Amino acid sequence: MMNREFSLQLLHDMLLVRRSEEAIARHYPQQQMRCPVHLSIGQEAAAVGICAALTHQDQAVSTHRSHAHYLAKGGDLDALIAELHGKATGCCGGRGGSMHLSDRRVGFLASTAIVGNSIPVGVGMALSQQLKRSQAVTCVFLGDGAVEEGVFYEAANFAAVRRLPVLFACENNRYSVYAGLEKRQPAGRKLTALAEGIGLRAWEVDGNDVEAVAELTADVVASLRDGAGPAFIEMPTYRWLEHCGHADDDHLGYRPEGELAAWQARDPLMAMLARIQPDAAWLAATESVLAQRIDAAFQRALAAPYPSPASAFDGIYASPLQEND
Amino acid sequence: MARIHAAQAIHDALHLAMAADPGVVCYGLGIDDPKRIFGTTAGLQEAFGAERVFDMPTAENAMTGIGIGAALGGMRPVMCHQRLDFFLLAMDQLVNNAAKWRYTFGEGHKVPLTLRLILGRGWGQGPTHSQNLQAWFAHVPGLKVVMPASAADAKGLLLSAIFDDDPVVFLEHRWIHAAIGEVPDGDVRVPIGKAATVREGDALTIVAMSYLVAEAHHACRALEQAGVYCELIDLRTIKPLDMATIRASVARTGRLLVLDSGFATGSVAGEIIARIAMDDWSLLRAAPQRLAAPDCPEPTSYGLTRQFYTEAGDIVRAAGKMLGLSQLPLEALPPARTHHDVPGDWFTGPF
Ligand SMILES: Cc1ncc(C[n+]2csc(CCOP(=O)(O)OP(=O)(O)O)c2C)c(N)n1
Ligand SMILES: [Mg+2]
Repeated sequence: MMNREFSLQLLHDMLLVRRSEEAIARHYPQQQMRCPVHLSIGQEAAAVGICAALTHQDQAVSTHRSHAHYLAKGGDLDALIAELHGKATGCCGGRGGSMHLSDRRVGFLASTAIVGNSIPVGVGMALSQQLKRSQAVTCVFLGDGAVEEGVFYEAANFAAVRRLPVLFACENNRYSVYAGLEKRQPAGRKLTALAEGIGLRAWEVDGNDVEAVAELTADVVASLRDGAGPAFIEMPTYRWLEHCGHADDDHLGYRPEGELAAWQARDPLMAMLARIQPDAAWLAATESVLAQRIDAAFQRALAAPYPSPASAFDGIYASPLQEND
Repeated sequence: MARIHAAQAIHDALHLAMAADPGVVCYGLGIDDPKRIFGTTAGLQEAFGAERVFDMPTAENAMTGIGIGAALGGMRPVMCHQRLDFFLLAMDQLVNNAAKWRYTFGEGHKVPLTLRLILGRGWGQGPTHSQNLQAWFAHVPGLKVVMPASAADAKGLLLSAIFDDDPVVFLEHRWIHAAIGEVPDGDVRVPIGKAATVREGDALTIVAMSYLVAEAHHACRALEQAGVYCELIDLRTIKPLDMATIRASVARTGRLLVLDSGFATGSVAGEIIARIAMDDWSLLRAAPQRLAAPDCPEPTSYGLTRQFYTEAGDIVRAAGKMLGLSQLPLEALPPARTHHDVPGDWFTGPF
């Protein structure tokens, strides 16, 4: 049993992610967020459970679908919403958009947009942590599609050789865009078996059970800090909305009949609410504070200026090129 | 003849090629999903079966090498990627294998592999979903590179690419999918290596590629209102370059402006200008110019991206400067799109 305060914190963070993603989905058709967005509604427990075991010294990298990871790691909400609007106040000054987020103050190193792309970067961050004799660890968020990229094996192999303090947190939502797992990977082969084969310590935990994820991750991260070597956690979970964009897409027919409904019946947020039964006043107050924060974030983002066009060419290099014209 | 979109023309070319040759196989992420790669692979799996038309694991490098091996085994693979940027994982297989195989291992070996790479544009595609790296591919000996601008060329060049016995990179700009035009029925191929003179004139030679041809058409029409007639050459093939067509035009106009959707440094535009300057110096009456993308990663923000889009007005201004026009016919241009980052107001994201 977890202590209640911690459970309420988990619930709060899941609400933060869910309500933020819902607001993004609601506002997206107004065409002010002019970049592709990949939402994590349905997958909040994985992001929140993992990040609950990490400190701000610990680092995280993520993927195209990273709003939840950024927020769960403590990333600034205003800067996220502004980034989606391409504004100067965004976490990357508008340069990155939804698929490139960063908040170094809380250890969210970066998310990147090419599948598998950030995996070796996370492993390299863990190498730096080991070389500096730091207690910090790195979490690499990845999807089930990313384990199909060679770079996953190359990076995991190196992590295993050097016993790096890295956690591969794999949200297995069973899809890569519209392609189900069975199209892409042989039936019956577990991701954890793949991970073990390459020398990672591997676990599977219900990705819709935030407490289970948090408990397991706390133990695994402790073992990483003790030098036990890299770890892999597979979290089966499910994406509710379309792969890219704000809408439902069940009508497209790529999901088996009833699959979405079955997973929605296992809503990670409702499950947590049912389990810990927060008192009504706490819940109402939390929801209202979140609603205000999210509303304010959108208002600030809309009111904020775009970065100045001339600034587009600044900062390509740390030491600017000296071209002799 | 039919009046169709380039996306439909690409679709038709794939169907024709697969029907004509049982060795043609077609694969890539999303090829049989509900969106069918912007509609271009619709009906393909239904018509030719899941053995020859298939989705793939997210494994670009291996799947390219697998295409090379299958090509060596007698297939004609067509691999599709929804963004060129995803294909960058496969540069090893493309550059170290596909491009060099025949040269190294000799005549008994051929690699008839087609790589359809879609170039992202607009709606905040950002630094890693919008790159136009045609110059990279052109730089590598052993590759052929084509870049259609019109519906007819999309079909004709794709057919040529598929039936070519060498690896061909087919660069498909996302915004040409909506280009409408007359497209010949049947297996009508556009030869690789032949540019097309799409407007005639004597004032200035404008060479453009892919989507920029559309912007250049608008610019040329406006300049004509001011009595300035530009010759517009649609490059169609990036490698090999059709220098003969460009040279013949510069011989008439004495002025060369090259439009390139890639980064300026090391661009295809730079190569064309270098060749004209080296071989045809005496034809030139003014210094050649180029309009290319800035040497800067393309940001996502709507507020930052306008300058990453070469539009008709930019072309008119560049032409005016080269020709010393005191008045620019900017008012003769079609009204600007409401937003620079979409091909038309009908586009509402997200991809
Ligand atoms: C190298 C590369 N190939 C393809 C894509 C297109 N793409 C974007 S997200 C995605 C799905 C990846 O699936 P998964 O890793 O399971 O993540 P999920 O979307 O399910 O969160 C694909 C194929 C890409 N961005 N990069
Ligand atoms: Mg997935």
